[in-house]
Amino acid sequence: MISLQARVEPSKLMGFAAPVIALALTVLAGLILFALLGVPLDKAFYSFFIEPLSSTYELSELGVKAAPLIMIAIALSIGYRANVWNIGAEGQFILGAICGGAVALFFYEIEAWYILPLMVLAGMLGGMLWAAIPALLRTQFNANEILTSLMLTYIAVLLLSLLVNGPLSDPDGYNHAESRMFHAAATLPIILEGTRLHIGAPVALLLVVVVWVLLSRTLLGFALKVNGIAPRAGLYAGFTQKRLIWFSFLFCGAVAGCAGLFEVAGPIGLLLPEISPGYGFTAIIVAFLGRLHPVGIVFAGLVVALSTLGGEAAQINLNLPLAVTGVFQGMLLFFLLATDVLINYRVVWRATGSRA
Amino acid sequence: MNIDSTMLVMIALSVISAATPLIYAAIGELVVEKSGVLNLGIEGMMLAGAVSGFGVGHLSGSSFLGVLAGIIAGMLLAMLFAFLTLNLRTSQVATGLALTIFGIGLSALVGKSLIGIAYAGVPTYAVPFLSDLPVAGPLLFQHNLLVYGSVALVVLVSIFLKYTRAGLILRAVGDSPESAHALGYPVMAVRYIATLFGGACAGLAGCYLSMAYTPSWQEEMTAGRGWIALALVVFATWQPGRLIFGAYLFGGFTILQLHAQAMGINVPSQLMSMLPYIATIVVLVIISRDSGRIRKNAPASIGQAFHPTK
Amino acid sequence: MAMRGITKAYPGCLANDAIDLKLEAGQIHALLGENGAGKSTLVKILYGLLQADSGSIEWCGKPVTIGSPASARELGIALVFQHFSLFESLSVLENISLGMAVAANRRLEDKIIEVSSRYGLPLDPSRQVYTLSVGERQRIEIVRCLLQSPKLLIMDEPTSVLTPQEVSDLFVTLRRLAAEGVAILYISHKLNEIKALCSEATILRGGKRVASAIPDEQSTRSLAALMMGDEIEVPERESRTPSNKVMLQLDNVSLPATELHGVPLTDINLSLHAGEIVGIAGVAGNGQDELMQVISGEVRLLNEHALQIDGKPAGALSPGERRIQGLCTVPEERLGHASVPAMTLSDNVFLTAHNRTGLLTGGLINKTKTNRFAQKVIEQFNVQCNGRRSMASSLSGGNLQKFIVGREIEQQPSVFVVSQPTWGVDAGAAAAIRKSLQAMANAGTAVLVVSQDLDELMLISDRIAALCAGQLSSVYLTTDMTVQHLGLLMGGASISEEATA
Repeated sequence: MISLQARVEPSKLMGFAAPVIALALTVLAGLILFALLGVPLDKAFYSFFIEPLSSTYELSELGVKAAPLIMIAIALSIGYRANVWNIGAEGQFILGAICGGAVALFFYEIEAWYILPLMVLAGMLGGMLWAAIPALLRTQFNANEILTSLMLTYIAVLLLSLLVNGPLSDPDGYNHAESRMFHAAATLPIILEGTRLHIGAPVALLLVVVVWVLLSRTLLGFALKVNGIAPRAGLYAGFTQKRLIWFSFLFCGAVAGCAGLFEVAGPIGLLLPEISPGYGFTAIIVAFLGRLHPVGIVFAGLVVALSTLGGEAAQINLNLPLAVTGVFQGMLLFFLLATDVLINYRVVWRATGSRA
Repeated sequence: MNIDSTMLVMIALSVISAATPLIYAAIGELVVEKSGVLNLGIEGMMLAGAVSGFGVGHLSGSSFLGVLAGIIAGMLLAMLFAFLTLNLRTSQVATGLALTIFGIGLSALVGKSLIGIAYAGVPTYAVPFLSDLPVAGPLLFQHNLLVYGSVALVVLVSIFLKYTRAGLILRAVGDSPESAHALGYPVMAVRYIATLFGGACAGLAGCYLSMAYTPSWQEEMTAGRGWIALALVVFATWQPGRLIFGAYLFGGFTILQLHAQAMGINVPSQLMSMLPYIATIVVLVIISRDSGRIRKNAPASIGQAFHPTK
Repeated sequence: MAMRGITKAYPGCLANDAIDLKLEAGQIHALLGENGAGKSTLVKILYGLLQADSGSIEWCGKPVTIGSPASARELGIALVFQHFSLFESLSVLENISLGMAVAANRRLEDKIIEVSSRYGLPLDPSRQVYTLSVGERQRIEIVRCLLQSPKLLIMDEPTSVLTPQEVSDLFVTLRRLAAEGVAILYISHKLNEIKALCSEATILRGGKRVASAIPDEQSTRSLAALMMGDEIEVPERESRTPSNKVMLQLDNVSLPATELHGVPLTDINLSLHAGEIVGIAGVAGNGQDELMQVISGEVRLLNEHALQIDGKPAGALSPGERRIQGLCTVPEERLGHASVPAMTLSDNVFLTAHNRTGLLTGGLINKTKTNRFAQKVIEQFNVQCNGRRSMASSLSGGNLQKFIVGREIEQQPSVFVVSQPTWGVDAGAAAAIRKSLQAMANAGTAVLVVSQDLDELMLISDRIAALCAGQLSSVYLTTDMTVQHLGLLMGGASISEEATA
């Protein structure tokens, strides 16, 4: 009879080993799944692991996909540490794109150095505004932020569709649901010749460092951690939960909004009804996969971006639906959650007959 | 505005139809939450049920087998969720979200070959005599079996929770798993069963969508209904009666935006589509302010893992 | 009933070591021992919640195996837990029905009314538990047991939540039951009660049965000696002359109840002087938590002048700001409130010390200073642990309490307020903590101790008052006080009664 027994102290060994084991199990399970579905395994392996890493261009694409994930995930991790569950990062991403994109269209055909910074600012403010709503509802009315932030995401998607079909649509666009293409001064510069890699990548890494310092060395970071583990102790120490909720949401809103702006001013280049392959939601997975730790999130972001690229390759090579990446991401998280248990608990064999 | 009684009946029928998947998903989640478990993976389970039901129903030609398959699919995912959160004590929030993404992906993968296939739909059953009544007849007594099933299920669950011993034990487990365990009740088993029931209901809800609502299969066809079902349970303050009311209300919003144009309301369709989500937020705010009412009905242990001390 | 050679081991701890216990019908038998002596484990085995590693149990002369609470109940064993297993959102009827594995119907309802009134424990079956007081909740547990017509009734620390009046009512009920032939196993560490109630006593210490005694033939001192083993130094009452300087002042502090079963505070008046120890006695659940939160700053007052630290209005200050003003507090709950279980001792030091002791430099946590502080606390207060990197949750209750109290004392506050300082702490650590409190007062700190332990308060405090239902009695010199008078005040005797007592 297997049972779980709490360890006196968390196992450091398992802390490193668990994600590796989880990854290995996921790959194994994925191969089994493909075998069952009759998908040629060698082609699958190639699509997922070889092709996405095979050229500079592919690697830069990894950066393009990983940057927004890492940015958003790292911002989410702050809130999650404090038990503030922002599930609406996708909506904040979209609002950032809308506001920043609107600024770009406002300055259409005008060449000036200040347009891009203004766009970034607008994007951050847009995301913050959208994040302020669940924060307000939680602090003032005690409304569950999981549901409110989620509902707001669907509203954001509809809002984008509304605007792109109406006020922001391209007057010369033959009634297509899209805005004008952003002009040169409103487009993010490429940092690597011949790729789509933009400043989102270095910004993401910078953000990782900032958050690392925040969490481990500042009073605010300490307060976030304490309130997440023992809210009563946080109250006793003098940390106000309300202030932490506001900070978590606004910080994440700003970052997600910025990421949204980067995406439309960079790889996409205009406003469309669909601007995100679910970055906001996938970032949640990345945050959990990285176990809410800055370094872990970087790795997790790269792994997940890899699986996304792999999914795209599989779509072309194997005619699989794009959603297959969801299968891998879900499985990876399952296995990680399961192996995580081994960090805090020991598996114990107990002879039957001595249980109550 | 040009509305006559036939049109009203049609609209009402659409509302009932739109509400039914919400009812199934929400009543299942209500039972799960009453036992103290928070399942955020409803979307994934619904899609699993939808694709399985459609697939089996199409291949076998029998709606009954299809629905059965959908239920089992939902329960299988629920079993995975239960194993992770109850046996391994993983975070219920993280596991639920993972389940949603996994379910969306897996159903898309499995259902790839089913896209575009037409399906006959679940047979309707006209209640003899009653279905010939004017207005009330077509409105209430000419639905397909799944619709009748949803109402019957809510009634059964209501009776179960209030009047049976098993229902009492379920409520006790959700209120205080420590006390229930101290008194010798099997907390894990109760939560397992509740979770499986929730999975079955979510599977049923998905079935209804793919086999009756729009008889067809599409990736992510639940379009967020799983999340609305979650909100619905809170809206109903965990009471079955209020849940049905809420489901019809939310279903009403969904339909309203489709018929707004015909009714002469000239508003962009996106704004109308936003209504259910906005309504959910408003309701959430209203009931969250009244913490007393929440305490009376909310299972106190919801979302927290249970660690039995020996 | 007889238990022979019961042994039960846990990793790192031998809870029961070959214990024998015998009970006869109609006998009120005490099971005596300090916290951690093994009483709970033994009783859980008797009630079927645990299985002994070895040993046997006999019931009415026949060997039995008690595999579950259900089998225990079948035999006629009933247990009233110290911590109630109640469901707040369910009714009294439903709770009893669940506790007895019997249908919640009309017949049960009638029986509840009948039994509860017969034994002086009135209950309304339809009320939801979250509306009931602690004493009323205990009645549910007792009535639940009585409804099963038990032959053996086990009471686990029943009086820790009762006023002295409620305690004597309980004793009347228990004596009546014993007269009807029920055997009662009374678990407690309160020597006065055992002398008053029980005819036999079995004494456990460190997992072993160390003695049997007849309480009538013993004094509380001898019973205590049997229970504790070593000669404990009974500290002499120190006398102290406090200064006239008022360091903490509460003026008519009132606070409505915030939670469903919170207690409202009404007109609390208190002047705490530098260099004195004031004790506030009271049974748990009479407003101690609320009072502590008002003092610590976790709950702010509308009128900022109602609470003053060293003459300055502080009612609206946050806990951190109050610490800067010189007020340090220690709440009752160690893990989760006074400390964060999953964090290291270093981090836990930072939790409260960062305000007063400059552990923040330039907005960043100064790890060196923090670690040094933690090390100092560990050494000064003899905290047994794996160094400052050990998790708070890995420390034993006594050591964690020493750490927490030490952490606050090291910050050299001018006002120190602590709730239940030695609850659940072993005798050695308790004595050390009390010594620290006295040392602080001697050095000029104003100390306020809120405690359920009357002996402790009578010993260390210079002045003493009682808290009952959110109201504070007058404050008396301890030398003018007796335990009986204190008990009356704790039970809510009104001001006019105080005057004539």
